[in-house]
Amino acid sequence: MTPIIRSIPVLALFALQICFIFFASSLPCSSGSEDTYTITGRVKIPPSNVIGHTAKFSNVKVILNGGQNVTFLRPDGYFTFHKVPAGTHLIEVSAMGYFFSPVRVDVSARHRGKVQATLTETRRSLTELVLEPMREEQYYEIREPFSILSIVKSPMGLMVGFMVVVVFLMPKLMENIDPEEMKQAQEEMRRQGVPSLSSLLPGAGASR
Amino acid sequence: MAIRVYLLFLLFLSSAIVTYSLYEDQAGLMDWHQRYIGKVKHAVFHTQKTGRKRVIVSTEENVVASLDLRLGEIFWRHVLGTKDAIDGVDIALGKYVITLSSEGSTLRAWNLPDGQMVWETSLHSAQQSKSLLSVPVNLKVDKDYPILVFGGGYLHAVSAIDGEVLWKKDFTAEGFEVQRVLQPPGSRIIYVLGFVNSAEAVVYQIDSKTGEVVSQKSMEFPGGFSGGISSVSSDKVVVLDSTRSILVTIIFLDGGISFQKTRISDLVEDSGNAEILSPLLTNMLAVKVNKRTIFVRVDGEGKLEVVDSLSDETAMSDSLPVADDQEAFASIHHEGSKIHLMVKLVNDLDTVLLKESIQMDQHRGRVHKVFVNNYIRTDRSNGFRALIVMEDHSLLLLQQGAIVWSREEGLASVTDVTTAELPVEKDGVSVSKVEHTLVDWLKGHVLKLKGSLLLASPEDVAAIQEMRLKSSGRSKLTRDHNGFRKLIIALTRAGKLFALHTGDGRIVWSMLLNSPSKSEACERPSGISLYQWQVPHHHAMDENPSVLVVGRCGSDSSAPGVLSFVDVYTGKEISSSDIGHSVVQVLPLPFTDETEQRLHLIADTNGHVHLYPKTSEALSIFEREFQNVYWYTVEADDGIIRGHAMKSSCSGETADKYCFTTRELWTVVFPSESEKIISTLTRKPNEVVHTQAKVNTDQDLLYKYVSKNLLFVATVSPKGAGEISSVTPEESALVVYLIDTITGRILHRLSHQGCQGPVHAVFSENWVVYHYFNLRAHKYEVTVVEIYDQSRAENKNVWKLILGKHNLTAPISSYSRPEVFTKSQSYFFAQSVKTIAVTSTAKGITSKQLLIGTIGDQILALDKRFVDPRRTLNPSQAEKEEGIIPLTDSLPIIPQSYITHSLKVEGLRGIITAPAKLESTTHVFAYGVDLFYTRLAPSKTYDSLTDDFSYALLLITIVALVAAIYITWVLSEKKELSEKWR
Repeated sequence: MTPIIRSIPVLALFALQICFIFFASSLPCSSGSEDTYTITGRVKIPPSNVIGHTAKFSNVKVILNGGQNVTFLRPDGYFTFHKVPAGTHLIEVSAMGYFFSPVRVDVSARHRGKVQATLTETRRSLTELVLEPMREEQYYEIREPFSILSIVKSPMGLMVGFMVVVVFLMPKLMENIDPEEMKQAQEEMRRQGVPSLSSLLPGAGASR
Repeated sequence: MAIRVYLLFLLFLSSAIVTYSLYEDQAGLMDWHQRYIGKVKHAVFHTQKTGRKRVIVSTEENVVASLDLRLGEIFWRHVLGTKDAIDGVDIALGKYVITLSSEGSTLRAWNLPDGQMVWETSLHSAQQSKSLLSVPVNLKVDKDYPILVFGGGYLHAVSAIDGEVLWKKDFTAEGFEVQRVLQPPGSRIIYVLGFVNSAEAVVYQIDSKTGEVVSQKSMEFPGGFSGGISSVSSDKVVVLDSTRSILVTIIFLDGGISFQKTRISDLVEDSGNAEILSPLLTNMLAVKVNKRTIFVRVDGEGKLEVVDSLSDETAMSDSLPVADDQEAFASIHHEGSKIHLMVKLVNDLDTVLLKESIQMDQHRGRVHKVFVNNYIRTDRSNGFRALIVMEDHSLLLLQQGAIVWSREEGLASVTDVTTAELPVEKDGVSVSKVEHTLVDWLKGHVLKLKGSLLLASPEDVAAIQEMRLKSSGRSKLTRDHNGFRKLIIALTRAGKLFALHTGDGRIVWSMLLNSPSKSEACERPSGISLYQWQVPHHHAMDENPSVLVVGRCGSDSSAPGVLSFVDVYTGKEISSSDIGHSVVQVLPLPFTDETEQRLHLIADTNGHVHLYPKTSEALSIFEREFQNVYWYTVEADDGIIRGHAMKSSCSGETADKYCFTTRELWTVVFPSESEKIISTLTRKPNEVVHTQAKVNTDQDLLYKYVSKNLLFVATVSPKGAGEISSVTPEESALVVYLIDTITGRILHRLSHQGCQGPVHAVFSENWVVYHYFNLRAHKYEVTVVEIYDQSRAENKNVWKLILGKHNLTAPISSYSRPEVFTKSQSYFFAQSVKTIAVTSTAKGITSKQLLIGTIGDQILALDKRFVDPRRTLNPSQAEKEEGIIPLTDSLPIIPQSYITHSLKVEGLRGIITAPAKLESTTHVFAYGVDLFYTRLAPSKTYDSLTDDFSYALLLITIVALVAAIYITWVLSEKKELSEKWR
């Protein structure tokens, strides 16, 4: 049920799994009789901190050609499709919590069922049929932890912030302005009629 | 200024892409999910160990599952592929569940505790034949007896430990069909009995280690065998001859064969065609003759003797060993609403070990299957529990005279769904109480506030969850203001109607359809489809709404139909009738009579249509609209689509004045050598379109072509109609058509070279979205086609409108040739699709979402804006403001927009949407083996506050503001006073 991991410490822990690694490094083999072949591959799910990961692993389905065949994973992550005719096939992996790219699999009739695999999403070709998830899928929005920033960022917070600025900082700014300068600005504004943004500050002060 | 900033900010917020998303603690608030397995075919008990008691079942929905025997809950479950029907299930080595599937060609072992697949073996099969699974009952675990499997003409011996094929024996040449496999415990020799061409009995003795045939004996039986076989003991089987009037006992002691014939007429007086029933009883067999079940004992020499006979309504289990080398079996018969369970000894039918009467809580029809299991009571006597499968597919466990648990497995095979309103809440019968005091209310909201600020402890979170479920009143049985509470009416394959509450998914009522004429052939009609018969509003408010169930007596399309009218509030059948003609197509008409009953036309196989309801009022309404009724038929096998119209009353042939003849208006014939129809689709007849016009960014106006008479047809090359791998890109082409169903005109044709089906499409307003496979790119593709009306495109000049020089008031006729133009665009999609639906809202204002049921049995909500033909690589500023998303080559799959979040709707088959009264919200119901319901707001709930809205925060803010005002007022007073003193 534990996925096979290629990291050294895990290997040391699970000596049994060494043999699986050995198998994995061999090319995807396919054997068959008459006109049908066998596709063997492996699904590898990286260890994750998500709890209940093993339960997910036993519920993985591997689907050939949009539902023509459905198979399940063995405890070591291997899957097999039997009696597959030569041609181009599509393999999809359905695993909750992970997104797998569909895989284009060419089973060659000439080379006795030699299998060539390509990820259709990234167009990357695989040397061996080992399928790994493209990304983990998080089905829920993550609640952001409580922070002052999030409140400040909310429309309410922005409004409050703006009010605070107007109420407390404006008078302070006003005090700093030279009274003569202010008079000048006021006159200027009267001349212009419409207050521009630059002259808005003293203008606001004048209206008080 | 502040307001301006705020407005800008709001604009920014609203222009962000809204996706459906959910916080983890919100799961289960609006949605519910029910897990089913389907009608049980086989059941194996696993109760030997002291641990959890379970029963392993396989079902007609290709599910293998392990159920808790105490509560009926699912421990684990696997849904196999649709073509992977399970032929047999058993337990091997006490730890593996063995399933044989795909006509005996796939053998799998599952770990009993957790359902992990242990091994899988593909068996060789060369021809179609019945399949047989024989797992040895070995008490010693250390010895590995092989599992014997017959299927496809081969006999395989498979090791139970790793699934390795030990040996196989080819029987294809002789045409040998294995009927029974016997593995005497402790012996190396296995006996394989079978028939060659149904006329010769052959017994092979095979070495179980090597597969070598030790000896072979055969004996011809003149006349031949037919039908079922019953193995009565380790060396005897009983089979019927081809005339079904002689029982033949075949004794194959020590490899020799001998026949012993017994006429059924010698056993019972009024003999007819006999049938051997499936239960396996020791030294006895059950035969059904003339609607009676007779028990026939087989003695040592193969002589037959009738020991008992029972009425037909009896279901039996296999026999199972009980104490003292005796075998017992269970039988169940009906008596009114009660069922009687009896467990008797096989050797002595007068010894009744158990006799219980159980009152059924509702009508579930007859008992179809019985599985019995025994246990040792504390007083060392035998106790029995029986698992029964009813006619409505439900699964019940009976123990000690009571139903311990029941599972409504009929809901795993829903065939049609509609929705219905709940009754209006009347004064004085209000269910809701004011149970909250103000303090409680505030407390609750403070808790919620804590929860949303992530300050809540786990206990608080649990309390919040509980409070949310309780306080929302979502499971009340009355109509609510927002239309969130509704009934989902589901018709199942067993012919049972269920009403589910949208609030919590419970079954409000259920009803098994009855045939009005209790005839032989049709006691229980199979339901085909479901229609809203009466939806009262306005003047017919006193009437209860009702649904029409169209059923059929038999499986072929020419079988006579049955109509049943069911009251939605009470779940009682108002009336039902044998209509005396077949049902090919049911057409709900857009007319209703005085009591809001909808007029329906039912077409039969003779080319006639029949009007329902059969009232003179309905007839007068229909005769007024006689000339305006059109419909079409699709003959997918021949590649023909025909349009029909009414001709005259068929009074010349029959006296029935509600019967009409029809005439053919048009036909569209697709060339059979190059095109094969694989999908047809029209718009939902009750869909609401809010606006016909669409304003472009450059102030251009487009008129949607929203005719309800459009048919979407997809055809593929006959070679490409198969699976994905069966064709090369050069050989396959997909062509889609838009056909006007009144005139038969082809309005649009689009060809996709190198593409193939299956096509899953959805048609709404003026657009079609369809999903298919692109063989060249070897990827799935989604294409959108939008249809616009060209003839009204001139009307965009304001002056023309003012001066009245427009043609908007010109009558629109379905006969006229519409001038349409289409826009289309294609995208890649990274998954196989099982079904596509679209959200529907009350007024059609809210933007739409596509609901895509993926191969992984999840449902993805995709905004319609992603499938908009106006998407370009670099949208202009104006286009961006309008919400046009830059073009990408594939459609995004955003995990948060899976509406099923972390759940799966196993075996997904269909998605139904229905509008709520609140414009922003739509009901979504998905069915398959599982059921799933949720409420969606495609553009967020802009017209109501969400459940999450924190009233406490609002209140606290107001209180704080008032306090602040007061404090500042006091302060300013003080300051003013001090200023004055200065």
